[in-house]
Amino acid sequence: MLRVENLRNSFGDFRAVNGAELAVEKGKIVAVIGPNGAGKTTLFNLITGHLKPDSGKIVFKGEDITGLPPYAICKKGIARSFQLLNIFPRLTVFENVQVAVLSQHNRSLHLFRPAKNLLVAETRHILENVGLLSESQKIAGSLSQGDQKILEIAIALGNKPEFLILDEPTAGMSAEETSATMALVKRLAVEQGLTLLFCEHDIDIVFSMADRIMVMQQGKTIIEGTPDEVRQNEQVQQAYMGGS
Amino acid sequence: MFKGMIHKGSLSALAGLLAVMLILPYFMPRFYLYLIASILVMALLAMSLNLVVGFGGLFQFHHGVFYGVGAYAIALLITKTGLPQWICFILAPFAAALAGLIIGLICIRLRQLYFAMIQISLGSLLWALAFRWYDFTGGDDGIHGIPMPDILSGIHNSYYFILIVFTLSIIALFFILSSPFGITLQAARDNAQRCEAIGVFVKRHQLFAIVIASFFAGVAGVLFVVLEGSVFPDLLFWVLSLEILIMCLLGGWFTFAGPIIGAALMLSLRSFIGMQTEYWTLILGIILALLIFFLPQGVWGYILEKVKPHKEAVVEREA
Repeated sequence: MLRVENLRNSFGDFRAVNGAELAVEKGKIVAVIGPNGAGKTTLFNLITGHLKPDSGKIVFKGEDITGLPPYAICKKGIARSFQLLNIFPRLTVFENVQVAVLSQHNRSLHLFRPAKNLLVAETRHILENVGLLSESQKIAGSLSQGDQKILEIAIALGNKPEFLILDEPTAGMSAEETSATMALVKRLAVEQGLTLLFCEHDIDIVFSMADRIMVMQQGKTIIEGTPDEVRQNEQVQQAYMGGS
Repeated sequence: MFKGMIHKGSLSALAGLLAVMLILPYFMPRFYLYLIASILVMALLAMSLNLVVGFGGLFQFHHGVFYGVGAYAIALLITKTGLPQWICFILAPFAAALAGLIIGLICIRLRQLYFAMIQISLGSLLWALAFRWYDFTGGDDGIHGIPMPDILSGIHNSYYFILIVFTLSIIALFFILSSPFGITLQAARDNAQRCEAIGVFVKRHQLFAIVIASFFAGVAGVLFVVLEGSVFPDLLFWVLSLEILIMCLLGGWFTFAGPIIGAALMLSLRSFIGMQTEYWTLILGIILALLIFFLPQGVWGYILEKVKPHKEAVVEREA
């Protein structure tokens, strides 16, 4: 479904992504792991168009999407959440998700029609699904950190994506919140038939949840395979799991 | 926020206010009538600015230029062409919207202060044009004695016309802000990067907002001509743009009605303190400094906060 070929991107002299390779099949859950600064977030930013690659190719559903702007890539069916909190803090929780749903239905430019009666059922359904329905009239910026991260996922779901990218969905969460959130993500992925690409620091969660794992180090793909294959790889054990 | 205005209570309060405004000419001296009419014109201009500044998060630092274009457009159309006057009234706001489209197309490529700087430069260019091109615009004299239709002659008639157009315009602005377009615009203000990631072409959206705001600034420009019967280059000068920014700040950036309060405060101060001393801006400066310290959310923002305590969390973030 998604294929990344020999992708490179540098900031000045620093090669953040230096030959990343990735192939994601439809309906699979794929994790990207690697030490801090390995280029995971940069890789995601390249896929979703927030950065333009220096070279390499990104193919989604047989179509070359390399270098397209973020809004165009979103329209192709790729939605994402961000590592740092990225919501619309002054809008209500409901509006946060509704904006994405409106965009998905190409209604963002509609004038002279109150938005509060539009696509309400669909928006509420998403909020219910992630468990934020009771908070829907609160101002998003006033939610707890954990709920804001969940809201981020809800916003991404508003686009009815086929392919969902979650950049550290549990950053800053407690262990309990982390497992609850990842269980939620897994349930959503299965229920909605999403293809999921995510990165996460908790190795146990990654190995129990992912169908395939891609390991990055210094911008390169070291290995990409099933959890078992990755676990047995010597280079991975040295670089990542062995020592710090 | 503006959503509160839909409540039945505030709706009847607004209807009552409108009724009072409608009977004002029967007992109000001309001077006050004129003052209220100019407040309405300025309030519409400030509200159109707040659409892009408060709700759009754009650094629209030279919004006054679209007001000037609207005013000059109707003045020139009436005095230089043989078009029926009512057509001139309709065309003038579209001229302002066109100016908004052209200037917006250039500015929108840049962000924040760079956006503001290029807009100030382009706007000043238009000002220089109006200031220097004596044959066409009357230069620094402007154009005076612009003939108006008979039904708009006299302060009473022009007051009613301004009140009606003002009311219709703010209803339109209100609907625009609560439409999908308006909500998405606010989302782009809160977080442009995220907004792109959910499939919104943010720059196009913002450009659209600039065009709409310019249109309503043009409407305000037309109303100015109805009230004054003349135009002059000061309408395009950046000082006016600064004044309407201050009005939005005084009233409250993130409120719908804030700019009206801001315009009323500022014009009243100018009229009443201006009668006592020519240094009225000194007093304005002090009031502004106090407001920024004690009411960073603006006068109207503060009132809303007191009425609806649960919104407090938001207002603090805004500060």
